[in-house]
Formats: sequence, structure tokens, C-alpha cells
Amino acid sequence: MTRSARVFWTGFVLHFKNLSASPFMMVTAAIWPLVYATLAFLMFRATHQAPSLLYAALGAAVMGIWSTTATSAGGAIQQQRWWGILEILVASPTRLILVLAPITTAIAGIGIYSIVSTLLWGRLLFGVPLHVEHPLLFVVSIPAAVVSIGLLGLVLASTFVVYRSASNLSQALEYPVWTITGMLIPLSLLPGWVDPIAWALAPTWGMRAVRHAAIGGDVGVPLLVCAGLSLAYAGLAAVLLHYFEHLARDRASLSLT
Amino acid sequence: MKSLRIFFLGGLMSYRALFSFMSPAVFIPTLIVTPIFQILLFAYIGRAANARSDEFYVVGNAMQYAAVPCLFAMTQTIAGERFQQTLGYILVSPAGRLPLFLGRSLPVILNGFFVAGFSLIVGGLLLGVTFPVSSLLPLALVVLVASLSCTGLGLINAGLGLRIRETSVLSNILVGILLIFCGANVAISSLPHWMAQISSWLPLTHAIEAARTVADGSSLTSVQGLIGRELGVGVLYAVAGLAIIRFFETQSRRHASLGIA
Repeated sequence: MTRSARVFWTGFVLHFKNLSASPFMMVTAAIWPLVYATLAFLMFRATHQAPSLLYAALGAAVMGIWSTTATSAGGAIQQQRWWGILEILVASPTRLILVLAPITTAIAGIGIYSIVSTLLWGRLLFGVPLHVEHPLLFVVSIPAAVVSIGLLGLVLASTFVVYRSASNLSQALEYPVWTITGMLIPLSLLPGWVDPIAWALAPTWGMRAVRHAAIGGDVGVPLLVCAGLSLAYAGLAAVLLHYFEHLARDRASLSLT
Repeated sequence: MKSLRIFFLGGLMSYRALFSFMSPAVFIPTLIVTPIFQILLFAYIGRAANARSDEFYVVGNAMQYAAVPCLFAMTQTIAGERFQQTLGYILVSPAGRLPLFLGRSLPVILNGFFVAGFSLIVGGLLLGVTFPVSSLLPLALVVLVASLSCTGLGLINAGLGLRIRETSVLSNILVGILLIFCGANVAISSLPHWMAQISSWLPLTHAIEAARTVADGSSLTSVQGLIGRELGVGVLYAVAGLAIIRFFETQSRRHASLGIA
């Protein structure tokens, strides 16, 4: 258990630093959410019936976390393959999920830059009040949201492992997930058939936990569902990775692109 | 004759070879699925904010998404030569620079037209937005002009791509700027004054306004001023883009820095 935690943490820190040095990832994490935040501020402040600007700021911030995950987590395994280290990682005595989970969690983790940049942007340029209703729960909600979104990224990575264009398929999920998880839209506005899909997605609950902690509302249930979904995603990813790893070994196709 | 061959055949060949989005596995998710969901996202945000009609967001976002293929494709088909290590061969060839680089923009414009047109139709169908039959041809013309002006900006991006390494980062930033400034989701009249001033010098702004006017049933002649301004902005950017490409070509010869970034 301690060894697994150490492998996870070391991998997370390594990949977090590596990703933080990438201009593409930094633009995706810190700059691109500002575009959506700005648009949401301009759209919301034009009417009196719109949700609050803090609602918009938090939505744009969590959009950034999902954005980094969608653009990069789907292709995480492909990336290791291109670097020529996938075979080494698979052959290592550590279980594959313990090698890949830190990568996708770090990808979601650099979304933390989006939270900082979006809230600062809102405060400095649009005067968005940064009053947080439950500061302690807010601090707990953010890593819970990040981990659950990162583990959803791990499911994507392990599902798309056999597809060459995995990252493009994953990127195509960016807007749909933004839309159906209620990041800038109340879920009640969407058609009813969307609800079950939204409930199965961690960003829905991560967003809800962060928003309720900041604006007010029940934080416990979203946090618990977030944790439950994280465990479910980890289990699903473990099964998928086990299957695809054996498939790749049987076909000797691990390093093929 | 030779220039025409370079313009049409060379342009098409370079486009097919260098624009990496052309594979169906990339084209469909990136240029077919994503714009539809962009339209849906902003239409629903509009509903949440009780701001504008669905038609406003369908037209604005469908037109704005022309920027993605135009910016990325134009950059990849010119700056991509550097990454393929073929830029040197291109630049030592006696081919005229105008047909050589401008020819690559023609497929880019047509693709931008297709992406924006498809998004307009499908986005409209999904949200129940209908356009008068009489507005379809004028709308098509406006979409074509918007693609042309975006390709002009793409030429600037391509020129800068001969010097900087992170071309996709630059393209993404430009797409984001257009999304905020060109009036796709926030009417120009609702933007702060300084933003509205900038937006009138950007591609898409006038085309989006023209498209909305035409979609409401106005005639093409009523928006000829807007179309003219959009064309003017596009030509201005295209000329600047070709000048930048020329400048960096000369610089790279002088400093022996052709393949270095």
C-alpha cells in the first residue's frame, strides 16, 4: 500500500512538473479557460436573470480541468508509445495502472492553474466577489474533483489504447462534457434524457461540490459521489488495462502505432 | 500556365500532404462533431442567461468555427514544410512565391466554407432554427467570404510559424481571441468600447453581422457594405501574411536559420 502510494505520488509530481513546462498544456490550462470565463461574464452580466458571476468563474475553472484531461489524457498511452517507453513501463514490475493513473491525474491536476487564473481574472477584470461560503470544504472539493476527473481520463486512456487517433476522439468529448455536466448551464435546462449520463460523469459532481462549497449548498453528497465514481473509474480502468495489455502482448502490437 | 499549375495542383497536393486533420479519424471529431457541440453549449448558456435567441448562437458559432480549419490548415500547409524538413527545397525552387503559397489557401477556404456551412445547417436543425429559403444563397456567400478572411489571418499565422515552434498554441490563442471579439456570442454593441474597436479589425466580425442580417430575411444588397469590409479585412491580412512569409524567408537566408526555431 505504501509502495503503491509512493509510486503514484512520485509519478504525479514528475508528470505535473513535466506538463507545467509545456506551452501547449499551459495555454490549455491557464489561458483557454479565460476565454470561456470572459464570454460567460459578458453574457451573464448583460441580464438580471443569469446565474452569478462567481457561478460562471467556477464553471470556467472546472472547464479548464476537463479541458486538459480531454485534450491529453485520451492520448496518454499513445504518448508513452511515441516516446518509446511504453514497453519499458509495461515490463516493469509495477502494475500498469499505477504508472498511468499518475499521468492522467497530473494532466487533470494542471487544471489547478485554470482555477487560479480564472478566479484572479474574474476578480481583477470583472470584479467578481471571491467570497467562499465553506473554505475548508472548498479546499477539499478541488482535489476531489481533480482526482475524479483524472481517473475519468484514465478510463478514456485505457479505452482508446487500441486506437491510433485516441487523442482526437478524446478531444471531441471536451464540449459535450462541458455541456451535459452543467459547468455553465443548470442541468434543469437540458433535456431529461441527459440526466443519467450527467450523473455517471465525475465532472458533474466535482463541479457541484466546488460550486456548493463556494456559493452554498450541500457539499457532502457530491463529494461522496465524486469519491465513489473515482473508485469505480479506477476499477474499470484496471480491468480495461489488464485486457488491452494482454491483447497487445498476444499480438505483439504494443509498440505499433 | 506554370503559375496556374503551381497554384491549383501544387496547392491541393500540399494541402493533402500537410494538413493533418484530413484523416476521417481526426476530421470528424474535430471539424464535424466539435462545432455542433460548441453551438449547443453557447445556445444553452444563452438560454441560462436569458440573453439572445438560439439563431444568434447558431449563426455566430457556426461562422466562428470556420476559424479553426482556416487557421490550423493554413499554418500546417506552409509552416508544416519546416517540420517535414522540405522548406529548404521549396524555397530554393524557382516557383513564384505568390502561386506557391496562395495556392495552398484555396483548399483551406473551401474546407472552412464546408465546416461553417455544415455547422450552420446541423446546428440549426438541432435547435429548430430555420432560415428563409431566399436567405440560403446570400448566407452561402457570406460564409465563403468569412472563410476567405479567416484564411488571410491564417497566412499571418503561417508566416509566424516559419519562426516560432509552437504553431498550434498560437492558432489556439487566435481562435480564442476571435471567439471573444468577433461577436459570435456577445453582440458587438454589448462589448466594452475598446473591445468593439478591436473587433472591427478582425476577420469574421462583419461576416457574422451580415449573416445574422441575411438570416433574418434581409437582402444581400443590404449587407454589401459589411461583406465589402469583411473582404477588405481578409485581403489586408492576406497581404500582411505574404509579407511576413517573405520577410522570414529573407531573414532565414541571411541568418542561415531556415530549419531552426
